Amino acid sequence: MSQAPQPSSAMQPVLRVIGLPHLGIGPKIAALVLALIVAATILAPWLAPHDPLTMDPLVRLKGPMEGHPLGTDNYGRDILSRVLIGGRLSLVIGIAAAVVSVILGLVIGMIAGFFHTADAIIMRMMDALMAIPAILLAIALVALNGPSVGSVIAAITIPEIPRVVRLVRAVVLGAREEPYVEAAIALGSSTFKILTRHLLPNTLAPLIVQGTYILASAILTEAILSFLGAGVSTETPTWGNIMAEGRQFFRIKPDLILYPGVMLSLCILSINLLGDAARDMLDPRLKKRAG
Amino acid sequence: MRFKTRNFDTSSVALSTEDLSVHLPDTPGQPQVLKQIDVTIRQGETVCLVGESGSGKSVTSLAIMGLLPEALKVTEGRINLQDRDLLPLSRAQMRELRAARIAMIFQEPMTALNPVLRVGGQIMEVMELHTQLPAAERRARAISIMEQVHLPDVERVFRSYPHQLSGGQRQRIMIAMALVLEPVLLIADEPTTALDVTTQQQILSLIEELQANHGTAVLFITHDMGVVAEIADTVYVMKHGEIVEHGPVEHVLRQPQADYTRDLLASVPSLSPRPARPEGDEIVLKVEALNKIYGGGGILKKLPQTHAAKEVSFTLTRGRTLGIVGESGSGKSTVARCIMRLIDPTSGRIMLDGQDIAGLSRNALRPHRKKLQVVFQDPMRSLNPRWTIAESLIEGPLNYGTPRSEAMAEAARMLTVVGLPENALKRYPHQFSGGQRQRIAIARAVMMRPDVLVADEAVSALDVSVQAQVLKLLEQLQDELGIAIVFITHDLRVAAQICDEVIVMQRGAVVEHGTAAEVLVSPAHAYTRSLIEAAPGRMWDFQNFKEMPEVTHANPS
Amino acid sequence: MLGYILRRILAVIPVMLLVAVFVFLLLRLTPGDPAAIIAGDMATPAQLERIREAMGLNQPLHVQFFTWVGQLLRGDLGTSLISSTPVAGMIADRMGPTLAIALLTILMSVALAIPMGVIAAWKHRSGADYAVMTFSVLGFSVPVFVIGYVFILLFSLKLGWFPVQGYTPISEGLVAFLKNAFLPALTLTTIYVALIARMTRANMLEVLGEDYIRTARAKGAPEHRVLFRHALRNAAVPILTVIGTGFALLIGGVVVTETVFNIPGIGRLTVDAILARDYPVIQAMILLTSFLYVLVNLIIDLSYTFFDPRIRY
Repeated sequence: MSQAPQPSSAMQPVLRVIGLPHLGIGPKIAALVLALIVAATILAPWLAPHDPLTMDPLVRLKGPMEGHPLGTDNYGRDILSRVLIGGRLSLVIGIAAAVVSVILGLVIGMIAGFFHTADAIIMRMMDALMAIPAILLAIALVALNGPSVGSVIAAITIPEIPRVVRLVRAVVLGAREEPYVEAAIALGSSTFKILTRHLLPNTLAPLIVQGTYILASAILTEAILSFLGAGVSTETPTWGNIMAEGRQFFRIKPDLILYPGVMLSLCILSINLLGDAARDMLDPRLKKRAG
Repeated sequence: MRFKTRNFDTSSVALSTEDLSVHLPDTPGQPQVLKQIDVTIRQGETVCLVGESGSGKSVTSLAIMGLLPEALKVTEGRINLQDRDLLPLSRAQMRELRAARIAMIFQEPMTALNPVLRVGGQIMEVMELHTQLPAAERRARAISIMEQVHLPDVERVFRSYPHQLSGGQRQRIMIAMALVLEPVLLIADEPTTALDVTTQQQILSLIEELQANHGTAVLFITHDMGVVAEIADTVYVMKHGEIVEHGPVEHVLRQPQADYTRDLLASVPSLSPRPARPEGDEIVLKVEALNKIYGGGGILKKLPQTHAAKEVSFTLTRGRTLGIVGESGSGKSTVARCIMRLIDPTSGRIMLDGQDIAGLSRNALRPHRKKLQVVFQDPMRSLNPRWTIAESLIEGPLNYGTPRSEAMAEAARMLTVVGLPENALKRYPHQFSGGQRQRIAIARAVMMRPDVLVADEAVSALDVSVQAQVLKLLEQLQDELGIAIVFITHDLRVAAQICDEVIVMQRGAVVEHGTAAEVLVSPAHAYTRSLIEAAPGRMWDFQNFKEMPEVTHANPS
Repeated sequence: MLGYILRRILAVIPVMLLVAVFVFLLLRLTPGDPAAIIAGDMATPAQLERIREAMGLNQPLHVQFFTWVGQLLRGDLGTSLISSTPVAGMIADRMGPTLAIALLTILMSVALAIPMGVIAAWKHRSGADYAVMTFSVLGFSVPVFVIGYVFILLFSLKLGWFPVQGYTPISEGLVAFLKNAFLPALTLTTIYVALIARMTRANMLEVLGEDYIRTARAKGAPEHRVLFRHALRNAAVPILTVIGTGFALLIGGVVVTETVFNIPGIGRLTVDAILARDYPVIQAMILLTSFLYVLVNLIIDLSYTFFDPRIRY
């Protein structure tokens, strides 16, 4: 029996993910939740009832009350406002780290996959980078470079690169054996053209999937870095920083960890669910299973 | 040709299907995959179910085994195994019947055995599942059935893993596994399609021998009319999920009633070679002492070397076709890939229009690429699935500086030449059938106006009816444009139809080289002779529904 | 066979060497004066000079590197800048709790995740499958410290089943150990199970589509035999691979979990060292964890030959 037809153009997979047709209810809810979270963080300055940095010694560690729907922290700052604003930087760092690691990984992976001479050296370096536990590498990088946004992004990006490189390389190695690529060689197409027009589109679908997973993991890593005290400066509210500050008050007021924790988890969960949905749509191997 | 003419009217019925219908219930429109199939197989009989891809022959066999994929459902009919209807049986009851009463062997011996278990264990597993035999007895029986399927060095093979065995040996293991409990019915789904022709012949005669010894009924599924002619007692011809004709083999081959059967038979290429065209004086391709050696590297231990092509030499003049035939591992594809410079030859010269391209660098090679084009085997993978047909067709001309509009006009013209509508330009490969895609791949190659076209098993993945059309197209293009073709194939019938000259390769070396008539009619080398003798149905002229004229197969001893 | 093992072991050397180079360059390539980074903003020039001297920072880079590697090979991991004690000893003191919790985690994870993944693949698209997938995507999405705090809140503060934080070594009794170690291990298990169950399911799904599974069914093999004898063994290699690569995740998780549960393990040691810029300790810890990762994956690589007879070159 013949195989299900393949996606017909380079753009089609992208359109299919964005258009979200024929999806179950799960990914649709995920998309909605994510859209709400993103909208809330973008609109945070207008939505937040208070300035997230204004302290009020009169209302420290209070539960939900008039004017503070989620209560206040140990400095009397409004938790709701802090959680809303805190999402901004978390998302920005996550997106930046995902985009940078995908782009760098794509370039390095294509080179490794296509040029035999570079392959061995690049892959040994990636093996070594993979061997260093990501969290340790990231906290070390931030601790040494200072708690700036840029160094946090770099610290999250660097450990993610080998995963993208391996993925892209595997796709390129598989695709370069395809008869249509060999036919292109026979048709006199340049290496550059073969890389960009024949091989690159093959990496697109897996990269979209991997990119969403990296986005989720980057937001997670940012929170962990902040939580361990190795994130962006503690004066800036991020979900991780709010939780880090809440640590010492955990027994008396777990809300300080729970509210940002729930927001963070919902956000990552939605992204992961969308990644799974994208993978199910884009991976033809999962469709062919017969009982 | 001696057909089987045994009569089974008095034998008991092993299996019959009545009005067997299968649907795809979850697909919109609930398409019907099998429509009221009636098949009867008697004890000791070989029934061939023959048809092209998509005819429903494999679905029929899986339905009988109760192993249909989840998406397919039997909606109507009965499957009677010795008068017991199988359809109402529970899963557990069906499990008990499998291997014990109905056994099955599959097309791909390379993947049908579990790669991480020893083959002896896999045979014994059948007995563990269905009998109470003690371990020693199971082992003895496994050894005995392995001897019956003529495996060499049985004790060693018993302890081997599948990857340590050849394709033919693995298929013997499958057969041993299927027959160890002496089932009533053996279903063989294209069991020799993935095998070389000489191995195929051995497996076919093995099945026949075991059938005679055990009285098994055999349902043999195949697309190959040659195989049908060799082994069938009764033939059922299938098309689009329906049986269009059935009857005793000789009857169907001599007096086909249905138009479809007639067309199918007429598409089977004849083994008698067509006369060679005169050799021109313009040499377009000259290969001299080409060698390709793989391996030999390794850091800690020297890896074994494979001499994939040994001292291959030939010349090809404008407008002629040279066939390179051989079984898998003969080196024929290595030669093709060396000529294309998709791999680098170890030594030797490849003179393309008088210029040696064997050692040219990637860049220096580019101007010569134009003259040398290729068509691959797999129509599903030879076009970029993300490109429109137009983009694929103009890729080459654009590389050599042809203006886009000019290339597009030529692409449109070329499409009509290969017999596709002009609106195909804007469509994508998945919207076309395998045969159409192969036409597009040919059009893409011919767009470059090459001097030499390398066709690497270019029609092997196609159904015979489509195969005939594609071969005709190649011939027509060759006549019009004077392209020389290097045609790589494992199929002697195809070689006989298209080649002027034939090279026979075995284990990397050329064993015979001559005109198609010389090589195929009076082969000089024993290996060539064994290939020809193994070709199934070689004594039958399918196109004319009669015996082959004696003269073409004068067998020089 | 022996050749394969030897080659795998030899292949570890360049990777470890590159890790060493990366770790070495981590400090040296950081913008600014390494000594200033280590000493912090308040350091006097004399203090800086002392640090430079102690770490050999005045020497050329390659001399520094080879001196350092030479020391490492002799088992000398350096001396802490804060406590002035040998790093090797500090690590040895803190190794116990971390190893105990990591082992407990791996045991619980494998015991849970593999059956979960197998069932999810077998009952593809059923309620059980969706339950496993939901659990696994949750395990990936909820930060490990949030899971930890939720467990403390639930099992320790609300239900009172476990102590809130702290650690008791096994030497003081298995029950006492488990009382403290169970929650942190359960926390880590959540993420590790998510990873392994997901990979088990994906690979089982793939294997269940193979021809030899159809052959097994055609032999009349019952489903449990198809799943465990025929399919799982074929899926073992990729599942083992993910257990190995997931080890890095586990190390990261340990660091966080030890902070949440206040366990005196090497994770806590590392975080404290990084926050205090105790560079010799940071270097040693990153090297050590990387070495552990490489070692675990080497062992897994070698175990492939046990599961798949084709891997023998």
